[in-house]
Amino acid sequence: MSNLFNIDIVNPEQSFLSKDNVFEVVIPAVEGEIGILKDHIPIISFLKPGIIRVFSESEEQNFYVEDGIVEFKDNTLSVLTSSIFDLKNADKNFVSESISSAEAELSKDNIDDQKRFLLNHKVEVLKSISIN
Amino acid sequence: MPSLDDLRKRITSVKSTQKITKAMKMVAAAKLRKAQENAEKGRPYSEKMNNVILNLSKSITDKENAPKLLVGTGEEKVHLCIVLTADRGLCGGFNTNITKKAKSYFEKIISENKTLKIITVGSKGYDQLKRQYKNYIVENISFKESKNINYFDADKVGKIIIEKFEKNEFDVCAIFYNKFKNVITQIPQEQQIVPLNEDKDDKDNTGNDNDYEFEPDEDEILSNLLPKNISTQIFKAMLENSASEQGSRMTAMDNATRNAGELVDRLTIEYNRSRQAAITKELIEIISGAESL
Repeated sequence: MSNLFNIDIVNPEQSFLSKDNVFEVVIPAVEGEIGILKDHIPIISFLKPGIIRVFSESEEQNFYVEDGIVEFKDNTLSVLTSSIFDLKNADKNFVSESISSAEAELSKDNIDDQKRFLLNHKVEVLKSISIN
Repeated sequence: MPSLDDLRKRITSVKSTQKITKAMKMVAAAKLRKAQENAEKGRPYSEKMNNVILNLSKSITDKENAPKLLVGTGEEKVHLCIVLTADRGLCGGFNTNITKKAKSYFEKIISENKTLKIITVGSKGYDQLKRQYKNYIVENISFKESKNINYFDADKVGKIIIEKFEKNEFDVCAIFYNKFKNVITQIPQEQQIVPLNEDKDDKDNTGNDNDYEFEPDEDEILSNLLPKNISTQIFKAMLENSASEQGSRMTAMDNATRNAGELVDRLTIEYNRSRQAAITKELIEIISGAESL
């Protein structure tokens, strides 16, 4: 029996990625990373800034996401996100811009702890991208 | 009776108008294809979003404490209407159809003694509504600068709505836009986005769908998701609208080109007749002049 399932990543403008031969996807859910295999129970969660790792039989793909919602049901993983890009063709300028805008946001006083945590996390992830 | 010169001038002017309308039609046709593609590409997102929200709202048992964006504030006093129109004219009844639909809704609200607030997106809608409803318009947004419709713009509108909702400035929010059916038919739509109206058709498949695992809990996901859904709905409306606008413009310009053609034919016949009449008149004058010698 195969242990593969489908993944659909869509953003508002178009369908970003659609594959039917992945065996594991690791998503940065808001309360920690979740690894999803075939026949996972239905789940809805949302994302924090991080890397989605998609493992298919032949290759591994990595995407950076800022936020979004994931739904897993009937062996189809749907990821709805408005900001996503492939790590392979990451735009250095865009990454450094995002870092500096996030840091500028961090230096403001009027943000709550949750937001501060998310922003800190975002900067961390983006920095790790720019190093590689 | 216009002189020959006048007629000639009119024919040339109609012909050049025809050239313009023809070119506009071509441009609209090219843009339409792209807009249609975009609308189709954007559909999965809003559909999936709807699905997730539907599943979530089904599993919420405690309706009392559910997020207000979903169930409403419990009152229906202040209505906020978002009227989405184009920024440019010359597209047939496109803008008028939306405002007409919106106006009948406005009248209903006013006659029920409820408070009305209007946000117009797109300058044409503002132009058409400001005469009659100037005092109700609270905001006027236009995306003339952005070439393509992007989610970013829709998000801006969404954020404004959320902000107003959190300040308790309205109870019910509806959006007005044209739904693209095909090139010649666009249907003006009225869609309520706050509180969220569940589709009645989907009621029958309730039941064993409630076995989702949520992380974090349903309430938190919903309160995170609903604002996004508003932006998504606006974005969907904007996409549909742009496809409709181009379709409508294409049909309108096609008609205009055909009408101009008919006008040119008629004017040409009139021109030829009066030219012939002038020649005949001259001939008669010459002949009768020769006879009298």
